[in-house]
Amino acid sequence: MISFFPALIFVLLAPLIGGLLSGIDRKVTAHMQGRVGPSIFQPFYDVGKLFEKENAEVNGTQRFYVISYFIFAVFTGALFFAGGDLLLVVFALTLAEVFLVLGAYAAYSPYSHVGAERELLQVMAYEPIMILSAVGIYMVTGSFAVSEILKYPMLLVVLLPGIFLGFLYALTIKLRKSPFDISTSHHAHQEIVKGVTTEFSGPNLGLIEVTHWYELVFLLGFVFLFFAANWILGIIAVIIVFLLELFIDNTNARVKWQLAVKSTWAITLVVAIVNLVVLAYVVVV
Amino acid sequence: MAYLQKSPWIIHYDASSCNGCDIEILACLTPMYDVERFGIINTGNPKHADIFVVTGSVNEQNKYVIKNIYDQMPDPKVVVAIGVCATSGGVFRECYNVSGGVDMVIPVDVYVPGCAARPESIIDGIVKALGILEEKRTAAVMGVSREQPVPAAATEKPAGGV
Repeated sequence: MISFFPALIFVLLAPLIGGLLSGIDRKVTAHMQGRVGPSIFQPFYDVGKLFEKENAEVNGTQRFYVISYFIFAVFTGALFFAGGDLLLVVFALTLAEVFLVLGAYAAYSPYSHVGAERELLQVMAYEPIMILSAVGIYMVTGSFAVSEILKYPMLLVVLLPGIFLGFLYALTIKLRKSPFDISTSHHAHQEIVKGVTTEFSGPNLGLIEVTHWYELVFLLGFVFLFFAANWILGIIAVIIVFLLELFIDNTNARVKWQLAVKSTWAITLVVAIVNLVVLAYVVVV
Repeated sequence: MAYLQKSPWIIHYDASSCNGCDIEILACLTPMYDVERFGIINTGNPKHADIFVVTGSVNEQNKYVIKNIYDQMPDPKVVVAIGVCATSGGVFRECYNVSGGVDMVIPVDVYVPGCAARPESIIDGIVKALGILEEKRTAAVMGVSREQPVPAAATEKPAGGV
């Protein structure tokens, strides 16, 4: 069953929650580095500033791709929170990502192109585990509909520990955290300038930033799904996962794309597939 | 709303500096001074930057680079010349390959003298630049084309300069 009210809440509140979370991210990161750090409202100031800047575009198609990226990322999250089809959610997210990559390719710039190619490699790395997550959840609950999955009486993480671990590993890629911030990073000036977002400026970059907030809220919602049977435990798990990502971000250096792809696939292959095989055996028996 | 002042992103370019001023700029980012608490980020990308921070004197090789970086930055933008070499050419002013200060190539809004400029004065200069940035934004919103005042240093060219 699709319910529009949660979707509406997501569309309206996700930028606020996502922005605040990235503000907390920067504050916690600063404290981990022994700094004071900016206000937790800093991401809002940044985006506000970007919308005040001149709208400089490298060509006419760039804005189309940015807006498409925004629309499909919002659609992904809205469909998820409306209780829609989990498979469709996973593929809609990929579609959004593809628009970002196309936007980066639209500019004739080597840094943007390198960023776009690395972004594609990242999609390639995390896509199997995203799909396997949906498959694993289906095998347990017998439904792809998020609204049905939420009704499942048991904690999914108990039956899908491998899938959950694999998902956490891929989450670092999705949140663009070290060691997998290979396509775009604030710390890679000498390497790729700003990677996939190099050629976006002003309002376009602001919209990409807002889209990242939507994605952040959606991904944390996905983490919650594994603990949906007990929502207090779910919220605690989401907070722990978020802080764990920050800790990983601050204790790791950026790796090469080869390692990012290989390790993500290896983890997916080992923990997720084994999890599914065991699950299939248990279900059959 | 003046979000510009709360989120100034800088790009730092070293135009034949001795690295003294560059080290001091990077010192501003360390936990000791931590300019990120004011929202200042060193972006390294002209298309994301609001403040162009230049160190060192301009020479014949890199004046096109400086002009190029400046042109790539979206408006409103300000330029801060850090160190005595960037403000006037410093002790290298008379060198055969040195054009002079940064204002020979692009309009400079704030001069931060010193050899090397101290982190405190660099931060002070950036804060002054924020005021000018806000002025430029309001001028743009009002539709007033703000004439860049040509600094005095730009008119008195050294012998052998451009």
